[in-house]
Amino acid sequence: MTYAIELEDVHVSLGGSHVLQGVSFRVPTGGVTALLGRNGVGKTTTLRAIMGLAPHTGTVRVLAHDTRGLAVHRVARLGVGYVPEDRDVFAGLTVAENLRLAERVEVPAYDDAFALFPDLADRLRQRAGSLSGGQQQMLAIARVLLNRWPLLVVDEPSKGLAPKLVGEVADALSRVATTSTVLLVEQNLAVVRRLAERVVVLDHGRVVHQGPVGDLDDADLARQLLGVAAAP
Amino acid sequence: MTTFLSLTFAGLALGAVYFLAASGLSLIYGLMDILNFAHGMFMTLGAYAGWDLATHLPATTPSVLTFAVEVVAAIAGGALVALLTEVVFIRPLYGKPLSQVLVTIGLDLAVVALLLGGFGANSLSLPVPLWFLEATHAGSVLLPNADFIALAAGVVVLVVLEWFLRRTRFGIVIRAGVENREMVSALGVDVGRAFTLVFVIGGAMAGLAGLLYTAVFTGDLLSPLQGDGLLIFAFIVVVIGGLGSIRGSAVAAVVVGLLQDYANYYGGQHAGFSEIGNLSTVLLLALVLEVRPRGLFGRAT
Amino acid sequence: MRVPRLGLAVGVALVVLAALVPYLGLHIPAVLPGTQDVLNSAGNLSILAVSFVFGAVALGYDVLFGYTGLLSLGVVLHFATGVYVFDIALTDWHWSLAAALAITAAVGLGLALVVGAISLRVTGIAFTMVTLAFAQAFYFLIQDNPHGLTGGQDGLALSTTRLPSVLSGAVSNTRSLYWLALAFLVVAGAAVWIFIESSVGHVLVAVRDNEARVEVLGLRPFGFKLAAYTLSSLVATGAGVVYLLLIGTAVPDAVATTTLTLAIVVMVMLGGAASRGGAVTGGILYWYLESLLVKVSGQPSFAGLPAVVRVPLSQPQFLLGAIFILFVFFVPGGLAGTVARLRARRAGGSPGPGHPVTAHSVLARLVPSRSDKEAS
Repeated sequence: MTYAIELEDVHVSLGGSHVLQGVSFRVPTGGVTALLGRNGVGKTTTLRAIMGLAPHTGTVRVLAHDTRGLAVHRVARLGVGYVPEDRDVFAGLTVAENLRLAERVEVPAYDDAFALFPDLADRLRQRAGSLSGGQQQMLAIARVLLNRWPLLVVDEPSKGLAPKLVGEVADALSRVATTSTVLLVEQNLAVVRRLAERVVVLDHGRVVHQGPVGDLDDADLARQLLGVAAAP
Repeated sequence: MTTFLSLTFAGLALGAVYFLAASGLSLIYGLMDILNFAHGMFMTLGAYAGWDLATHLPATTPSVLTFAVEVVAAIAGGALVALLTEVVFIRPLYGKPLSQVLVTIGLDLAVVALLLGGFGANSLSLPVPLWFLEATHAGSVLLPNADFIALAAGVVVLVVLEWFLRRTRFGIVIRAGVENREMVSALGVDVGRAFTLVFVIGGAMAGLAGLLYTAVFTGDLLSPLQGDGLLIFAFIVVVIGGLGSIRGSAVAAVVVGLLQDYANYYGGQHAGFSEIGNLSTVLLLALVLEVRPRGLFGRAT
Repeated sequence: MRVPRLGLAVGVALVVLAALVPYLGLHIPAVLPGTQDVLNSAGNLSILAVSFVFGAVALGYDVLFGYTGLLSLGVVLHFATGVYVFDIALTDWHWSLAAALAITAAVGLGLALVVGAISLRVTGIAFTMVTLAFAQAFYFLIQDNPHGLTGGQDGLALSTTRLPSVLSGAVSNTRSLYWLALAFLVVAGAAVWIFIESSVGHVLVAVRDNEARVEVLGLRPFGFKLAAYTLSSLVATGAGVVYLLLIGTAVPDAVATTTLTLAIVVMVMLGGAASRGGAVTGGILYWYLESLLVKVSGQPSFAGLPAVVRVPLSQPQFLLGAIFILFVFFVPGGLAGTVARLRARRAGGSPGPGHPVTAHSVLARLVPSRSDKEAS
């Protein structure tokens, strides 16, 4: 089995608090792996450590490359698309400019992006800041599809979206997952059940559970791990 | 009315030079969080580069050609110094914005002092075409020709800069980087190259600003201190316009230029208030910051 | 209170030693900044006295810069206020010494409160720029010579007719002026020390390290920052008064320029920000070195040096700039930081919280990094 992401004993301290305390897990190539846990356990920080955005100790391997000493843009160029939390698009740039900024290959796959999100094709000249929340999320995802990169790291794509939009975003991600490996941070367990094959659960900066997504069917385990009722 | 129109024209020309000085500062701050004190030195060195090259031309060179050479030398000189500054002094301190600020302060002090030691305070004269010293009649209003040059340069640079920022990939990277530097690099873009580029662009505009300031406003006299004098007003323009905003810089530069000219003329006639124009710009800054701390066009934080 | 007994003893010993300098007619060649090689010559005493004045200014500035984490570029506004208000009251208005002191104190306090309150409405780089703009405005104002009060660019020589004889005449009374400067330094040092060790001082350090946390505790940082700004400014204003008595004339380019502000920042960086004794050491050392340099560059043997060496050395601002750069790159904690590091290395431990912070760690608070996103 090959792995798209491997973390070994990763520690991160932010502003004096020890956010990640020795996180180790591996994301197999292909399909969707969900990174779960309650608010504030270090999920976003884990993704940021993978991208090289959070200073860390320990080993991070992305697509079989050790990222030690690599600048953030070098990590991305290994073939990682990063969709940050809160739909971090460039508000002052147009949709077209947001997309153009993300182009890293000779022939960007605009067709793929617009097939998934036809809305965007009609709004190329609109400022991203004036898009709705759902459209911004679609733009943030579309941006990383242009390069057909093998790995996507996606942070809470359903956060703050209306249920109908959550469904659309999940549809899009499930199609993306047929060609790329996806590491997904997600609070919405319905989305997780639908997309993910495997789950990794964090608590207090440590991995406390790994296994197939079916493990979430054990309501007690889900409640214990995530602090939420996992009933569908 | 005639006086008012002349004043307005002169104020616009002054504003154009302020814009050249301020827009680079604003971009550098917006992208890199660096308040670049070395910008004063870029302006001064640009003017000296123009002077130096002009004095090496044969005496028979037509004055217009000499001035063209000066402009090119100032732009290239400013850009080169800015490039060296970024690569040698700023880059090693990446991630420490205030250490970078302190280094630019040190560089500015050191280089200006070297120029003072080498050339003296006010001894050099920049060759300019005679036409600059004449004026054009527009009805009853006399418009100094040199002001046209400053104004034209300001407009051309504004148009080119806007084009560059809107239409080129580097421009998009810079605008995106002003919003969120980290996310730009997470998309695989080498932001460090954008840093170098804004320094070079800022340096080129600063060099031009320094040269035009000498050719238009100081009676063609070069001084090692002129860049730092201009820098204070460039700071004021940048803060009033909003850090990181080119349009903000353009609007604020015109406002500050006009205010300074009007205040100097109407207020400066009273004894002991000859520098009321300078004072008024500072008061305007305080006022703007009180009412709108992020400046006219600044993004909300 | 954490009173380092050794530090206090060393401080007292140094003050006593300094107080005895006017009686020490030692002949020391080459390293004295005055024209004569005798320690207690009028020239040397006068330069030492001015160095005490700037030691005090640096000490006061460090309250704001080092302990509170605010980079103000407006310190000369308050220094020049002391110089000019005192000068105008004595020279233009012929007021008595007491009245002149009273109005200087009143204007100094008022200006500190007003400028502080306005500037502290904004934070970070904007605060730096507003303070710079205010100082620049004051410079423009005194250059303008409104109502003939300031003498404009030429300056305003102090009229000594209303001064007691012991304070008038910089040459004949160098000793008493020297002691006055030393006394001012001691008083300013005590005031700053008491302030920093008080609960207000501890809140300030907390504001510097994490302003949000202080707000959560229900404290308004604004009031504490204003207190720091005011103390810092009052020390500068007082120093301005002593400076005027020592130098005898007020000239805008000597007391109100941004270059002087930057020199004061360098003094604090040189000694080490937020460290006991660091700023004052930096201030005294800086002024001594600059004076020495002026002397050396004026000597005939200096003219024989090649231009490559002579030109840079004859420009104090070149060295100021060079020191700035070198310290940022190589000695970010200043002298005090280096001493603490060496000590910690010898003791085999890391410096504790009571030790000096580096200039950069102070400065890093000033600009919020965009990469400091909350962990989730």
